[in-house]
Amino acid sequence: MWFLCVFYHRLLDFRKPEVEALAELFGEEIAENESLQWRLPEHHHNDTPFHFVQLSSEEIARNIAKRSILVKGMYELWGEGTCYEELKDSILSYPDSRKLPFLTSDSTFRISVETFGRGLTFEEQKDRIQSLTYIPFEGRVNLKNPDHNFFLMEMIESEENNGLQPILQRRIFFGREVGFADRKLLPTFQLKSRTYLGPTAMDAEMAFLMANQAKATSGKLVYDPFVGTGSILVSAAQFGAMTMGADIDIRVVRDGRGPDCNVWSNFKQYGLPMPVALLRMDNNLPPWRSGLKEIFDAIICDPPYGVRAGGRKSGGRKILRGTVDPYTVPDDKRTDHIPSTGAYSLVECVHDLLHLAARMLVMKGRLVFFFPVLRDETGGEVKFPEHPCFKLVAVSEQILSSRYSRVLLTMVKVEPYSEEIKEAARLMHLEFRENHLKWLEDGNIHSSVFKPIDSSQIHTDPKAFKDPKPKYRGKYV
Amino acid sequence: MRLITHNMLSCNIKGVTNGFPLRIEAGNVIEKEVDFNPDFIRHMFAKLEWKALVEGARSMGYAELPEDSPDAAVLESDESFLKKLHHALLELHLEEGALVCPETGRKFPVNKGIPNMLLHEDEV
Repeated sequence: MWFLCVFYHRLLDFRKPEVEALAELFGEEIAENESLQWRLPEHHHNDTPFHFVQLSSEEIARNIAKRSILVKGMYELWGEGTCYEELKDSILSYPDSRKLPFLTSDSTFRISVETFGRGLTFEEQKDRIQSLTYIPFEGRVNLKNPDHNFFLMEMIESEENNGLQPILQRRIFFGREVGFADRKLLPTFQLKSRTYLGPTAMDAEMAFLMANQAKATSGKLVYDPFVGTGSILVSAAQFGAMTMGADIDIRVVRDGRGPDCNVWSNFKQYGLPMPVALLRMDNNLPPWRSGLKEIFDAIICDPPYGVRAGGRKSGGRKILRGTVDPYTVPDDKRTDHIPSTGAYSLVECVHDLLHLAARMLVMKGRLVFFFPVLRDETGGEVKFPEHPCFKLVAVSEQILSSRYSRVLLTMVKVEPYSEEIKEAARLMHLEFRENHLKWLEDGNIHSSVFKPIDSSQIHTDPKAFKDPKPKYRGKYV
Repeated sequence: MRLITHNMLSCNIKGVTNGFPLRIEAGNVIEKEVDFNPDFIRHMFAKLEWKALVEGARSMGYAELPEDSPDAAVLESDESFLKKLHHALLELHLEEGALVCPETGRKFPVNKGIPNMLLHEDEV
């Protein structure tokens, strides 16, 4: 069945992957190497909020919409057209067997009018509703809590507006609402009111999107190897998953800022079950027992890319460089000794993450993580880290500044881990590291993001800088 | 730290081959109730090292688990067993104590429920 899926106009790259992940979660049968079928309305551009998607049942559509963050509504389309005459013909030709059950005299209904491109006065809205008298509504109107919610959506022609795509031709849709997103989660979980925050705590909306991409749900175990303040795990726990986290910085994980201001209190704040475990460990030298594997259903994280928070690993700067030999800490100082840690580059960090995921994820488990990308790539396609155990299923860009974005990568484990695969992965990693270092000037992202613009560039022709993404794309769109 | 975590950890000091299971030195053990989710417990059962779990539970003061790992069939039929397993895996907490490597004797401290598995400079 085709449904009209209307999205909120934000985080555009994240919209469809979210629906695809949730469709899989709610039982939609999708063949190997295929994804959901999508269609655009006539004359619409891919950034439009209106998309048609094919799903096998209304129940799946409703479940997807309800759990999603970006689906404004899923509708069973009763008719569409470029003018009200066409709309009438379209609705009249829609089979009665699909319409009459929702128009019965013992039900309540409401018709809402929504327009895109221009506001409508109350009179104009009323006129449009009145024009639908050819639909045999027998029930009573209930504006507060109707059994059936009908939407009349009109896209009105408009010129290019702030860089937004011009709407070339008017289009009107009429449909019955099947489900919609519950965005009330967002003000409840917003970081503004969170007890324990850190500089890189993931904001609530994005954390929920990540949890959706990972298909977090009751009975599953979700792991975050860079847990920090637990912001990502909180969202996974809200969706019912059991959570587990680790971090190399013991102050963040164990101490927090006091007995009522730590990772545990973040979960307590929302009445969520506590994480199953919080550990202090180094992802570069993890303490997993040798037979352990395929234990996590999903790994969701935001690794440190070295821009606002740098990664650390065991060893100590001087030891890793070989300036100083590994030293032995005298026994009487051992108990409170805090081992020194050294720099941990993004590439090595991601390699360890992929290795961890390859071994510890169940088959078909998902790895969801952010990867930074510099934006002034002229030509050349951006290369993402790869691993022979994983298939990349979604790439969603969030633009952070004119210089750089972060991309949410969703990978699914399709091959079991083995020693041969470990070797193949190591070679892939070496190749990736070579290429990665080539396009980063000083070999680190921090300087590329923060270096001042070379003054000679300011005088060049502005048209020469071709921004691949349209002007209206920004941090939240 | 719960027994479910203990079951996953081993000592990873360079050169150590027999780092699992870590012996539990229980300083302060408390019991915290956790909602029972039978699916989760069944899912985890397959990944556990049973002997380590039984020994660990004993160190924390819980001796109700059978010595030998039961058949998978028991998971479906015997809910009281699942509840015991749930109690051992998720409801016993080691707040203060240490995890000791069976080969080297190195102690990994557990403070405020969080084990510190970071290695010192000469163990890397």
